[in-house]
Amino acid sequence: MATTVVPPHAAFFGAKKEIGARSSFSPSISAHRCRKHFLNKVLAVMAPAQPSRAPATTGSVKHGMTMTEKILAKSSDKSKLEPGENIWVNIDVLMTHDVCGPGTIGIFKKEFGKNAKVWDREKIVIIPDHYIFTSDERANRNVDIIRDFALEQNIKYFYDIKDLSNFKVNPDYKGVCHVALAQEGHCRPGEVLLGTDSHTCNAGAFGQFATGIGNTDAGFVMGTGKLLLKVPPTMRFVLDGEMPHYLLAKDLILQIIGEITVAGATYKSMEFVGSTVESLNMEERMTLCNMVVEAGGKNGVVPPDETTFKYLEGKTSVNYEPVYSDESAKFISEYRFDVSKLEPVVAKPHSPDNRALARECKDVKIDRVYIGSCTGGKTEDFMAAAKVFLASGKKVKVPTFLVPATQKVWIDLYSLPVPGSGGKTCSQIFEEAGCDTPASPSCGACLGGPRDTYARMNEPMVCVSTTNRNFPGRMGHKEGQIYLASPYTAAASALTGYVTDPREFLP
Amino acid sequence: MAATQTPVPLFTVRSSSQVFHCPARTHPLHFASNFSKFAKASLSLRQSRIKNLTTPRATPSSSSPPTTFHGQCYVLGDNIDTDQIIPAEHLTLVPSNPNEYRKLGSFSFSGLPTSLYPIPFIQPGTDSTQYPIIIAGANFGCGSSREHAPVALGAAGVRAVVAESYARIFFRNSVATGEVYPIELEQEGVNKQCTTGDIVTVDLERNVFINHTKGKEFVLKPIGDAGPVIDAGGIFAYARKTGMISSVV
Repeated sequence: MATTVVPPHAAFFGAKKEIGARSSFSPSISAHRCRKHFLNKVLAVMAPAQPSRAPATTGSVKHGMTMTEKILAKSSDKSKLEPGENIWVNIDVLMTHDVCGPGTIGIFKKEFGKNAKVWDREKIVIIPDHYIFTSDERANRNVDIIRDFALEQNIKYFYDIKDLSNFKVNPDYKGVCHVALAQEGHCRPGEVLLGTDSHTCNAGAFGQFATGIGNTDAGFVMGTGKLLLKVPPTMRFVLDGEMPHYLLAKDLILQIIGEITVAGATYKSMEFVGSTVESLNMEERMTLCNMVVEAGGKNGVVPPDETTFKYLEGKTSVNYEPVYSDESAKFISEYRFDVSKLEPVVAKPHSPDNRALARECKDVKIDRVYIGSCTGGKTEDFMAAAKVFLASGKKVKVPTFLVPATQKVWIDLYSLPVPGSGGKTCSQIFEEAGCDTPASPSCGACLGGPRDTYARMNEPMVCVSTTNRNFPGRMGHKEGQIYLASPYTAAASALTGYVTDPREFLP
Repeated sequence: MAATQTPVPLFTVRSSSQVFHCPARTHPLHFASNFSKFAKASLSLRQSRIKNLTTPRATPSSSSPPTTFHGQCYVLGDNIDTDQIIPAEHLTLVPSNPNEYRKLGSFSFSGLPTSLYPIPFIQPGTDSTQYPIIIAGANFGCGSSREHAPVALGAAGVRAVVAESYARIFFRNSVATGEVYPIELEQEGVNKQCTTGDIVTVDLERNVFINHTKGKEFVLKPIGDAGPVIDAGGIFAYARKTGMISSVV
């Protein structure tokens, strides 16, 4: 828990240390004042890392376990375990997609034999989503490979697509794997979910252990249903305060990554708690956990509650057992944020931790806006963007690409009324604002992909994007410049043609 | 390279008892491509196209992992992510397919911005590298979980990465595949003291990294928990060895 020690380099949310004096909002407080006002204004506190004590020196382990430790203990049939232990864990769900599926299948067959059967045909979910709407022959072939395997193994959950010219005529096709996993009820509290994709940590929003693995590990799980995992220590992020109407979960996670850097959570679990987190809906919680990997994190977790259970109603018939961190659990560090004092932020090129206030980037001219991906292409993300366009009533100044994550999201865009719009749908508002027509659901240009991918950056340009990474070349061109942002900020930027704080439009 | 330098063998010839043990993949084409790389080491440092002399990647009957790596190094900064290691457009190549494995290797590090890294990792027109050892800063391999990253490096002829620190999925994938040996340095900033093209040795027995060109020596961190998995030859071999899965396929 929080200590009374505030190190001189205590993290200050919102204000960068060097520009603290200029900021017009409150958290421009020096370390000295922070120590003095510590009890009244907790900005961010980092508990010094607890040195781990070998059990032999302390007798029985006297502290409780964190959520992540508990889930892993349960899944490895252990009553207790400590961070740092390497354990064999039973896997509840294994996910793979069209990019890593073929490689995983290749390894599975090589190691277990070409006639081997997967460990459980109901626990593997195969979701083509990455390179779908393309004429690239190898990409198309890769979907064929995973189809052949799904048929051969009688895989229960294979979200197939055959007709690439019209996604709507493919009844099984879903779209982006992480959103599909959630929407189809494969994410459940207390379980262990592994996927051949780094953003598998997205599912931690459901209070489960979810992380990304490579083809070899996945091939191993395919045959055995187990994997050797190292128990991570947990970093706790306490987010309290009423969420300002111009902030979204994306702002929160960009704030955090900017605080701890892209390696700040390497080999660690990130646990998100606090009143703000409790107020978030499931899609916002997913956005939070989705980018845990961008801080190097192994997994992210949000304690399950009524919001979680309500979301799961009707989606899954599998019984689940939520777990929660013990009162006496040990965390390796703790950060506290007063969310009511935060401002919209972006991650400037070329790193997700290159944090800056959106309003301080208002002179950055942009060439396009991209709203999509597992991180920022869910229904709530589009609703948020629509709110900004609605509030403005004007047209966008730059090409604005919209890529719904899944078929369900696409349908929502065309059917759900946007609050305060007098019954208009997102799609109508987007059309009136001059955005591109919402595209076929897939990962799209988030990671570039084959050259003919919709909205791929094929020339150097500046893009504001609701996606998750902005390393050089991420969306296609090596000299492209990507500003990661929330859907509010992305929509606001589309309206001005510059990186724009959404408060310019939101009342 | 200075003409007055004593020509140094660019690669040590591995004796048959010291081959790198990797997951028990029986991949005839894979082994063939490695054995064909067993060319004579060029003793002339002025030669620009140096043949890759590498150890065979795996032999089912061998028992001990390698203890040294030697050759030219390619130097990188911090936070080299998987998109720079292998751009996403090449992920349609399936690593377990022998032909596509090699092609994957030819695209290694093609994502590096040329303004920061003007020396190409792979000479145009070739599909493997003359730099068997990578020296990098912090958080090497961050980003995606794509196993294509360590696989592409291995396919291109990289034997070891010596970095300040690693992103966890890349480290894990390196260990699981046996494609590259992921080694960590004790101190920071070593990459800033090295230049692409320096002749280096990585000695895992003494846990030192030697830059012969610069005349400097650095301490390596012991491999840690991944040791038993690497020594066994990857996750599958380790699981068979410890009885987690049967050896009979």
